[in-house]
Amino acid sequence: MKTTAQTISSPARRQRRPRSVLPLLYGPLLLAGCSGGSPSALSPAGTGAGRVSGLWWLLFWVSMAVFAEVMALLAWALVFRRGTARVRHGQPLRFVTIAGAGLPFVILVAVYGVGLRDLAALGAGPGRDAPTVEVTGHKWWWEVRYAGASGATANEIHIPVGERVRVRLRTDDVLHSFWVPQLMPKLDLIAGETRETWLEARRGGRYRGQCAEYCGTQHAHMAFLVVAEPRADFDAWLARLDAPARAPRTEAERRGQQTFVQGTCAACHTVRGTGAQGQVGPDLSNAGSRWSIGAGAVPNDAGHLGGWIANSQTVKPGNAMPPQPVDADRLPDLITYLRSLE
Amino acid sequence: MSTTTSTAPGVGRDDLARLAEHWAEPRSLRAWFTTVDHKKIGRRYLVTAAFFFVLAGLSALVMRTQLARPESGVVSPQEYNQIFTMHGTAMIFLFATPMLFGFGNFLVPLMIGSRDMAFPRLNAFGYWVFLFAGLFMWASLPFGAAPNNGWFAYAPLNQVQHNPGLHMDVYALGLLFLGISTTSGAINFIVTALKLRAPGMSLNRVPLFVWAIVATAFMVVFALPALNADNTMLFLDRRFGTHFFDPSGGGNVLLWQHLFWIFGHPDVYIIVLSALGIVSAVLPAFTRRGVVAYSLIVLSIVAIAIISFGVWVHHMFATGLPQLSYSFFSAASTVITIPSGIQIFAWLATMLLGRLVLRVPLLFVIGFIVTFVLGGLTGAMFAVTAFDQQVTDSYFVVAHFHYVLIGGAVFPMLAGIYYWLPKITGRMYHEGLGRWAFWLTFAGMHVTFFPMHLTGLFGMPRRVYTYRSEPGWDGWNLVSTVGSYLLALGLLLVLVGVVHALRRGRPAPADPWEGDSLEWSTASPPEPYNFPVIPRVHSLHPAWDARTAESTTTGATAERVLSDGRRTLFTSELDARTERAVDMPESSFKPLVLAGALLVFFTAMLLAAYPVAVVAALVVAATIAAWLWPPRRPDEELGVAS
Repeated sequence: MKTTAQTISSPARRQRRPRSVLPLLYGPLLLAGCSGGSPSALSPAGTGAGRVSGLWWLLFWVSMAVFAEVMALLAWALVFRRGTARVRHGQPLRFVTIAGAGLPFVILVAVYGVGLRDLAALGAGPGRDAPTVEVTGHKWWWEVRYAGASGATANEIHIPVGERVRVRLRTDDVLHSFWVPQLMPKLDLIAGETRETWLEARRGGRYRGQCAEYCGTQHAHMAFLVVAEPRADFDAWLARLDAPARAPRTEAERRGQQTFVQGTCAACHTVRGTGAQGQVGPDLSNAGSRWSIGAGAVPNDAGHLGGWIANSQTVKPGNAMPPQPVDADRLPDLITYLRSLE
Repeated sequence: MSTTTSTAPGVGRDDLARLAEHWAEPRSLRAWFTTVDHKKIGRRYLVTAAFFFVLAGLSALVMRTQLARPESGVVSPQEYNQIFTMHGTAMIFLFATPMLFGFGNFLVPLMIGSRDMAFPRLNAFGYWVFLFAGLFMWASLPFGAAPNNGWFAYAPLNQVQHNPGLHMDVYALGLLFLGISTTSGAINFIVTALKLRAPGMSLNRVPLFVWAIVATAFMVVFALPALNADNTMLFLDRRFGTHFFDPSGGGNVLLWQHLFWIFGHPDVYIIVLSALGIVSAVLPAFTRRGVVAYSLIVLSIVAIAIISFGVWVHHMFATGLPQLSYSFFSAASTVITIPSGIQIFAWLATMLLGRLVLRVPLLFVIGFIVTFVLGGLTGAMFAVTAFDQQVTDSYFVVAHFHYVLIGGAVFPMLAGIYYWLPKITGRMYHEGLGRWAFWLTFAGMHVTFFPMHLTGLFGMPRRVYTYRSEPGWDGWNLVSTVGSYLLALGLLLVLVGVVHALRRGRPAPADPWEGDSLEWSTASPPEPYNFPVIPRVHSLHPAWDARTAESTTTGATAERVLSDGRRTLFTSELDARTERAVDMPESSFKPLVLAGALLVFFTAMLLAAYPVAVVAALVVAATIAAWLWPPRRPDEELGVAS
């Protein structure tokens, strides 16, 4: 659990601090922005989220100014206008019109203009030959495929640093929403339709994403990870996604593979290059190298993997995988095999 | 009942006796089930809505307890999903709107100088339906069959293949059932405020609270059909195999969202606008000044009511609609903040020009301004599409709408409860208890919901039953949970204060605050006939106006005493000129029978007992026929001068 926490939090530590002359005023926000580990929209690492972060600070300061104005008027009334004398005459229509409608209108028009500019920027997708990743939402995990690679992976998206990557979103069942706070605002996955967004990471790192649209029992455990890495690493990774899974090297791994292919696992899961070609659950060809089990439900280590296989319903109640009748003496080999798939 | 009324000049003792006799209800259990008195119905709405508020509040505490720590197991995901759905659904449909209807029912006739609502039996019917529909929905929770799809119930998760069981059938039928109550109540408010205003109360003298209630009633009439259509289609999809929201059968899942928010966004303003009406009603008494910029406020109420129908797409900024529609709905959502701003600055100006009397109702109004302005500012942020796409469906939006709804609706309601408690119960509340309640709710509210802005910005999605510790959300969640207990304690103290007032409170005079509107010229609590004489109104602040005071007593003429039957006065819509006296209905069992038959009908539909549903439908039809059957007595004209 600890290792996962550290790897995810690493980009947050190197975040860009928000520029400001009066950090005291938003102390809690700043502190919180610095707290390591958050997939925080306030420490953007991508072009899209960076724009929205700029927009946020504009909105924040405008709001602070308006709020301060209202509080000052209220405080003035509370301090200087106490008593019981009856005074009622004169309608300050001009004050109400200017302070309540005129000023806000000017501010809002300006903010609206900036907002439109940023919206247009978010809408400008990548060029034609940009890498494309196809993400399909399932209850409750993410299927990830790349144009030009035969294989699939789950809950983990690799992208080259500094390049705009097209993300094509579909859902297999209900609505989901694709959200990586540090990289890009969210976009819903609409049943029966295809939507497109893009990701561009300005620096390498691992960025947590999560389903943001309520999608049923396990909406809470539908996270994913975006891994931004240098182009060469990305290409190597993509090549592995196109190749058969790593073959067993030890006796234990071979026994594990046998259990996997001949047991119930193969009915739902695929391991490329073996007889296991199930389409219901995630492709497990690189299961051993993934950051988590169950779309962020638990860390990917031997203990959690064993518990997941035996009865994933205790870990993630309601998920599609029933408890597996794997013999206790075969389970260690199965775990060894799955962990060897990188 | 009365504590203060003395015989007014111009009204004889025999007039009062006749009035008491005509408007009296039998003191028995029968009266309990048959009453059509708007004050009793209003009180029932308030108490019942408060009861559902407690249930929905306890649901919130369970949620906050579950989320206090990462990966805790207080409730299962299935239980959590039902609880958060019932929390939202009940707070919006069974608490906020009915609570405001309760205030409206009690106050509108008193504020406009009428003896009852326009349709008293329809009013009673509306209450029974509200009660039954609320129980219908809550009763599903112990069976584990409560709605579990969020109060917004998006398709296609609401479809039977994704969501088997009765959950969403309870939702669809419960809201259709409840909609009958809301619609009848809204029509009643519109007709009452247009036709039953006291002579002289032209449209420019109508209290702002009544304006707010009427505007929201119009919004209900135009918005609710969209929700009803949505729920009808949902029920047909689930039970009879249609495919309105099923993409595999040619349906469209976004249709649900469009229809839901065409209702849902106006509904937010339905709740907030009427609550703002309470603020406008409470302020004059504690600032010793009429609310300034009356005409601007009325304009802003009307503007909000209209613009609110053009902003629904801002709930769908993350669905990938075309950019052009984003720009339009972003502009509309931005513009709607201006009328709200006008009201805020009108109240600030009122305070600056008046003299503040810091009693508990004013404290809640101040708490309201602080909280609602923050909620409004984040609301304006959500109108900016690019920012919305980052924070919508995160805890930031949870923080935002609790600031709007607790700040903009619950605080005004609490101000209203303390303000009108003497009028409603005839007892004064305990000031010290009230102050404690204010400070605890105010602090609890901000400790609970302010951190949610942060957890949302840090990437925490809403509607999650648990979270892992590594994203770093646990500290702020714990703070929120502590705050929620503070908030609950404060609200508990409000309840204690009300019970204390009922048991120990000193008797309230007719007008403890020197309020400006007509309800303060009645006894505390008001007589069953409200006013011995239908008042004649000469200004916007009739209770402060000596001429109105004279016209309620010395200027009494036969047509304004109306002691020869259960009568009240019809006036013209715009300038409130006397038209004629009308007979008001006696108490009746029919509203209860009709509502009961509808309950049987909806329960039978839920359980697929269709023969029973047919029988219940026949009873419904028969009751309506009996209700509408023309009365035998001739419709006598009273010959009132116009």
